[in-house]
Amino acid sequence: MSNEESFRPTVLQRILDDINFMMCLGLVIPTVFYTLWGVMEVATIPLGK
Amino acid sequence: MAITTAQSPFRTDPLTGLRIDLTAQALVKVNAVLAVVFLLVGGTAGLLVALTRWPAVHLLPADLFYMALTAHGIVALMVWIIFFEIAVLYFVASTLLSCRLAAPKLAWTQVVLMVVGAAMTFVAILQGDSSVMMTSYVPMNAAPHFYLGLILFAVGALIGCGVFWGTLVIAAEEKTYEGTLPLTVYGCVIATIIAVFTIASGAIILIPTFLWSLGLIKSIDPMMYRVIWWAFGHSSQQINVTAHITIWYTVAGLAFGAKPMSEKVSRTAFLLYICFLQFGSVHHLLSDPGLSSAWKIFNTSYMMYLAVLASLIHGLTVPGSIEVAQRRSGLNNGLFEWLRKCPWGNPVFSSTILSIIIFGFIGGVTGVVMSVEQVNMIIHNTIYVPGHFHGTVAGGTTLAFMGLTYYLIPVLFQRQVIMKPLAALQPWLFGIGTSIFAIAIMGAGTLGVPRRHWDVTFAGQALGFEWPGMAQMMLAIGEIGGVIAVLGGALFCVIVVGSILIGEPVPANAKNIVAPPADAGGHKEIGMGGFEAPGTFILAMVLFVTLVLYYFVNFKYLATLWTLT
Ligand code: HEM
Ligand SMILES: [Cu+2]
Repeated sequence: MSNEESFRPTVLQRILDDINFMMCLGLVIPTVFYTLWGVMEVATIPLGK
Repeated sequence: MAITTAQSPFRTDPLTGLRIDLTAQALVKVNAVLAVVFLLVGGTAGLLVALTRWPAVHLLPADLFYMALTAHGIVALMVWIIFFEIAVLYFVASTLLSCRLAAPKLAWTQVVLMVVGAAMTFVAILQGDSSVMMTSYVPMNAAPHFYLGLILFAVGALIGCGVFWGTLVIAAEEKTYEGTLPLTVYGCVIATIIAVFTIASGAIILIPTFLWSLGLIKSIDPMMYRVIWWAFGHSSQQINVTAHITIWYTVAGLAFGAKPMSEKVSRTAFLLYICFLQFGSVHHLLSDPGLSSAWKIFNTSYMMYLAVLASLIHGLTVPGSIEVAQRRSGLNNGLFEWLRKCPWGNPVFSSTILSIIIFGFIGGVTGVVMSVEQVNMIIHNTIYVPGHFHGTVAGGTTLAFMGLTYYLIPVLFQRQVIMKPLAALQPWLFGIGTSIFAIAIMGAGTLGVPRRHWDVTFAGQALGFEWPGMAQMMLAIGEIGGVIAVLGGALFCVIVVGSILIGEPVPANAKNIVAPPADAGGHKEIGMGGFEAPGTFILAMVLFVTLVLYYFVNFKYLATLWTLT
């Protein structure tokens, strides 16, 4: 037990272990960089007259 | 099959010592069997398509060709693979964590929704008005129940993900495991996260398209459709990659007692997947007008390479861990004794190692290179593209799933695999057939042969086209490889269904099929020149050099096609 107390997981390990946080990352990053950015690209194509 | 309550009983598997929740076991079995049945359907459609694209055979008339192609794409890529993935999620969460499955009733709802959805879409395709290919690009119009079936199927899959996540919560609460999640479960967590993004994207695009097919929405912008559809279409491939990599880790552990070389490195590679893998969706839009190069290149190159790095890490650590385990068990001579003395006749092993090799050398190398905006111009919409992705989804994912199935037959169905000599041959037939198919049609694609095309010669048309003999030959060789692969696939279905129905029960005193954990002490004496896994290191360098050479060859080829003077 004392062993466990002296063991502090690193930040990376804490991120990796927090699967709900990983879920957020996995949804937000592609939504922003792929979907939103991509939709903006299409939406800003000027209309033909 | 009884729908049991939360207090479902367990059994302890004599072969593996695993504690198996019986409800979970029933659900894994049902999902896996449905998967295999659909693989048979999808493979049959694939055979018809291949026999039509083989110029000398040219089997189907045009309308049936496009129908078969749509059926093949949807059933093989979505239905077979996703049913199997759900089986994997349930197996991993319940059995590897010794936990009861959360919400069994919801899990049965998943089965029903996915069966009804798949059947609905399949019927729509057979009715002939929905030969829109699996991408169903608007403004091509399919029957409403084509889209509705896909939506129901996706809702079912989402429920499956929820049951998996819920099981993790229960396992954590009931403390059925210690410390962090085992790596194989962790891999499934990553696959599930990607699946949620995938299914959400699918819903965003398919629900409006469904309403449009009913006439409730006037029109859908084709460009917008393509952008959002590929958030779904490409991400679903990333679920597959993550799932089959997880299976590589699982099999390495089960068959060799191999431990990941570094848990931390493997998990960090999974973090790279979460952050960067989805960006690859843009590689489907590289030749689309209207989208900026900034968006294209940021997504497919800079960010994607971080995900590719993660794949290289997985591809290195899985064989590496097998090498370490083999060397520790005494096969420590030279560079490759550990590899020569692998159980090549065991289909669990051969499927897995062939999956690693085909995915890396065929699917991986070509995928990275064709995702470069300039190189993409050479092969866009040619039959090179199906060549590439049969290296990933058929040679990589499907073969890995086949390997795991051979493992699950004695463990979950408690039956011995029938026709052992043929089972030993099967992964080779499927793997080699798929490789010939993929490489040859990539050759044809490099010469410009289009994909999704009933008759590239335009016979009898005003504007015929004479292909170089080489292109014709590549198509023929490719489709012969395709037929070999279909034989391998059919053999798989026969062996699996046969083993379940008439296989002999596993004897009560059968020996544990999990290899003994590698002996700890010998760590320092194995390997060569300071490397624990020198053989794998050399193989990884071969892969890397292949990738770099292939990259430059393609730029050279591009320069000769599009001369700049
Ligand atoms: C069993 C051996 C297989 C054979 C002989 C085969 C053959 C083919 C052929 C000839 C095409 C058409 C290429 C074109 O004309 O553009 C094709 C397309 C395709 N195949 Fe396969 N295939 C096999 C297995 C698989 C598997 C296992 C999967 C998925 C897991 C798969 C997924 C696809 C997809 C998604 C397409 C694209 C459909 C489209 O363009 O809409 N195939 N296959
Ligand atoms: Cu893709």
